[in-house]
Amino acid sequence: MYKIVKKKSLNPTVTLMEIDAPLIAKKAEPGQFIILRVDENGERIPLTVAGYDREAGTVRIIFQIVGATTEKLNHLNEGDYIHDFVGPLGVPTHTDGLKKVCVVGGGVGCAIALPVAEKLHEIGCEVHSIVGFRNKDLVILEDEFKACSDKFVLMTDDGSYGQKGVVTAPLEEMIKAGEDYDLVITIGPLIMMKFVVKTTKPYNIPTTVSMNPIMIDGTGMCGGCRLTVDGQTKFACVDGPDFDGFKVDFDEAMKRGAMYKPFERHAYEETCNLFKKEVE
Amino acid sequence: MPNMSPKKAPMPSQDPNVRNKNFLEVATGYTEEVAIEEAQRCLNCKHRPCVNGCPVHIAIPDFIKEVAQGNFAGAYDVISQSSSLPAVCGRVCPQESQCESKCVRGIKTEPVGIGRLERFVADWHNAQTDVKVNKPESNGHKVAIVGSGPAGLTCAGDLAKKGYDVTVFEALHLAGGVLVYGIPEFRLPKSIVQKEVDTLKELGVKVETNMVIGRVLSIDELMDDYGFESVFIGSGAGLPRFMNIPGENLCGVYSANEFLTRTNLMKAYKDDSTTPIMHAKKVAVVGGGNVAMDAARCAKRLGAEEVYIVYRRSEEELPARKEEVEHAKEEGIIFKLLNNPVEILGNEDEFVTGMKCIKMELGEPDSSGRRRPVEIPGSEFVLDVDAVVISIGTSPNPLIKATTKGLDTQKWGGIIADENGLTSREGVYAGGDAVTGAATVILAMGAGKTAAAAIDEYIQNKNK
Repeated sequence: MYKIVKKKSLNPTVTLMEIDAPLIAKKAEPGQFIILRVDENGERIPLTVAGYDREAGTVRIIFQIVGATTEKLNHLNEGDYIHDFVGPLGVPTHTDGLKKVCVVGGGVGCAIALPVAEKLHEIGCEVHSIVGFRNKDLVILEDEFKACSDKFVLMTDDGSYGQKGVVTAPLEEMIKAGEDYDLVITIGPLIMMKFVVKTTKPYNIPTTVSMNPIMIDGTGMCGGCRLTVDGQTKFACVDGPDFDGFKVDFDEAMKRGAMYKPFERHAYEETCNLFKKEVE
Repeated sequence: MPNMSPKKAPMPSQDPNVRNKNFLEVATGYTEEVAIEEAQRCLNCKHRPCVNGCPVHIAIPDFIKEVAQGNFAGAYDVISQSSSLPAVCGRVCPQESQCESKCVRGIKTEPVGIGRLERFVADWHNAQTDVKVNKPESNGHKVAIVGSGPAGLTCAGDLAKKGYDVTVFEALHLAGGVLVYGIPEFRLPKSIVQKEVDTLKELGVKVETNMVIGRVLSIDELMDDYGFESVFIGSGAGLPRFMNIPGENLCGVYSANEFLTRTNLMKAYKDDSTTPIMHAKKVAVVGGGNVAMDAARCAKRLGAEEVYIVYRRSEEELPARKEEVEHAKEEGIIFKLLNNPVEILGNEDEFVTGMKCIKMELGEPDSSGRRRPVEIPGSEFVLDVDAVVISIGTSPNPLIKATTKGLDTQKWGGIIADENGLTSREGVYAGGDAVTGAATVILAMGAGKTAAAAIDEYIQNKNK
């Protein structure tokens, strides 16, 4: 059992938690993930490590309430326990030797992009950050990004905060203006990452994407998280979750991600009925 | 006077058409009367060939003699001197090629039902509520076990009985390895695995779940920082193989590991499970081993109307136990033998709609001695299915190898270990599927047992 030592709501659908897990806190690196199970009959879900405090022995997760399990998780409070919490899993984001990087985050993906940006900043890399949200109410981690970024652009789809539009617009502008990035790292919804790759490809700027397929064990024993990368089958949980964005088959990944949609919808409704709350 | 009945006392079982709709255990087990009657078929022969057929050398005639006299507690004591998991082995061992294949009664008639009797004794013992396990006195030496499958649990049990301070590290949230995620409830109820794990805990074995060794702690850290004098690696062969044919990443294509993990470990067959699984109407399972039989029988129980086993050789070469093949057939599984998939077909939403197969014929024997399947040109046809489960084998998980310096492995990933389980690293032992590649539960247990003896000897010599 793993104690929730801190809980904070970042916006109406996004929550931050710090979990007491000293062994994981000691080893975790940006880009890695954990798998958790809320209760004894719960499913296993992957969440990327959003931060860690090696001394305090805590691991930070930031999650968006999108279905039954994240809804149940959000009903737990400080002092409550999560049944299972395992990690760190996956390969850390490669940051060695990078001099200038643009980090592009979308929605709750920004929570995962932040530790990567912070690590890059720490090793003396010039960091430009572009973050995108649907609207002003959903903005998270703005100050944290500003603190580790040499350049920071915030976008909202409806223009209610920052600039109006999607993240690819400023990215293309900055590239056109002559920013010579060693690498673009993008983390967010599949559709956003797909379009970031479409933006960087004509300029041949290497682009790393953090994939988020369906997972069960997260240790390489089932292949539920498999993706096609450069025509080869890869397991995101052990070979990734980071991959060369130019080589990932995004359309396949999107179809596979939607495989259990009707089941998930039903499970979410049942959970919400349990908590007497409308599904938006 | 022994019972000279030529046949084993039959195993009571659920009716095939009832059981293929539930996940309750297929075989329901002997009663006390039937167990005593079957035990009386044993001739208690002097040279005891059955014992040599058992990879962990249970004193078979001795325990059967106790059963024949109605002393079930005494029978359990005999078995537990050699085996830590009798309720499991009595159920899943291929006795027909082990102990029972050597039984003298089996020369002219059916052998003694050794597996059924072992199972009876273990179940009888587990039903007793007031049995206390005597926790052995500690000898002060620490041993780490990586993986809680049959190899690891056996090694842990043997060392704990000798007084070692044993910690088992398991990556998943439940201990048992393939016994909990792979072998279905209807062949091996999970409560039985839990009971055997609990017995080990009573012996003093610590079980740490959610610990992926190689990620959260390395083997070097276990030895250098945590004071474990020896490590046993029983991490199994859990990496699934795919066929590399077009369409393999369509929605509805599962590895057998995923399909069985969702079904067994995550209990996706239950209505209130939060882990989803596709309840397909027509399912093809590719492969012919025990895992393929398990997957096919699970698919049927999840509500599939038609379930096919698609296997490239003929019935004679099926690697699954005969009994499992028989059970599968009784439950209505359709065998498509001498067929090999060449492509999985899907619709515009990328869900499976069919599987293109080609017919095969058997050619000359290959290096394994089995006749090699050869495609018959132009014989392609489409099998109408909406889910495919690939069950063509697994290989050792590469994580331990990648994170342990100086640990030698075979090209295909198996850890290199000598006949005692010693690896290329001092104090590090390995056994089970991690060494041999996918094999059987009882062979893994045998390897765990051998390694436990070697670890004991190593630590005792070192501390002289």
